[in-house]
Amino acid sequence: MKLFPILFLAAGLLVAAPGHAQRVSVIKLPELQKRLSRQNDTTYVVNFWATWCAPCVKELPLFEQLNTTHAGKKVKVLLVSMDYASQLDKKVKPFVLKRGLKSEVVLLNETDPNTYMEQVDPKWSGALPFTVIWNGKKSKRATFEKEFTQAELSAEINKFLL
Amino acid sequence: MKKLLSFFPALLALVLLSNFTDGPAGYQVGDKVADFKLKNIDGKMMSLADNKAAKGYIVVFTCNTCPYAKAYESRIIELHQKYAPQGYPVVAINPNDPATVPGDSYAEMKARAASKKYPFAYLQDETQQVARTYGATRTPHLYVVSKRGADMVVSYIGAIDDNSEDAKLVKTKYVEQAMTDILAGKPAATSSTKAIGCTIKWKKA
Repeated sequence: MKLFPILFLAAGLLVAAPGHAQRVSVIKLPELQKRLSRQNDTTYVVNFWATWCAPCVKELPLFEQLNTTHAGKKVKVLLVSMDYASQLDKKVKPFVLKRGLKSEVVLLNETDPNTYMEQVDPKWSGALPFTVIWNGKKSKRATFEKEFTQAELSAEINKFLL
Repeated sequence: MKKLLSFFPALLALVLLSNFTDGPAGYQVGDKVADFKLKNIDGKMMSLADNKAAKGYIVVFTCNTCPYAKAYESRIIELHQKYAPQGYPVVAINPNDPATVPGDSYAEMKARAASKKYPFAYLQDETQQVARTYGATRTPHLYVVSKRGADMVVSYIGAIDDNSEDAKLVKTKYVEQAMTDILAGKPAATSSTKAIGCTIKWKKA
């Protein structure tokens, strides 16, 4: 009888096992800020997007590709969905599943952009997509309020890997 | 060698110019705005100078297709209903390239305005020059401009309020706060705020 919850947990772990796929955690600003200030030798590529944002959706594969093209080069991609938290199960999770996104996906659950944007980056005017690339150990940081081409994105990331 | 040297000032100018364009583009609070002439959904051309009675305008770059613009649509109508009688009508400007977003064509703009009974002008920024001049980056992106003598000056730039998804959960109505100050003849205490939105769909160069 007691085995049931354990089996259930095990099954759950198995489902959650393949990377971050199909798991989207909902985070608040302090958690995001913590992630945006890690001081190690990994180059973080944080892309702010939304399922309704056509240019964002179009460039997502570029960020996804980094997981293979830059594997073993200490590059980590974080996709921050700006969809409303109410759309998590209806839109975001199905989207992540359908696209088979391998990068970690989180949903930023904050309502007042005037407060959180300034703290993410003062240069962010409010348009999506928005991308922050940084490396804590090298004290290097760059922000982009635009859609990338593959060449542009590789060039920008390579500047961090010198 | 001489020829090469004479290149340098030109090169320098180019570098300086490109640096300059990297700076804050568009209007800041306090800047004088240039008037425009854009086609309204009624087929007529409209300029800010046309309405002699206006003390200013609430200029909103918005569109038919962006979820944020749609979420704010009825709140933009309410802004017009509240502030037009006080001398600040809403002027909505659609800057999106219809070739990229067919849902933002002139015909679609007319249809949207008719079905939602827009009480304000809804203009098409066909060349996107007005959006560029203002420095608008997204929809919705709102500017309050106020008459100062013969000029129109930017009094507020930014967000409508602090909750795009649910008007009932709004805690701070940024534009209304600013309008209270502006109508009292004071500079807005919070004159610029940030808001999320959809990028303006620029024409492919």
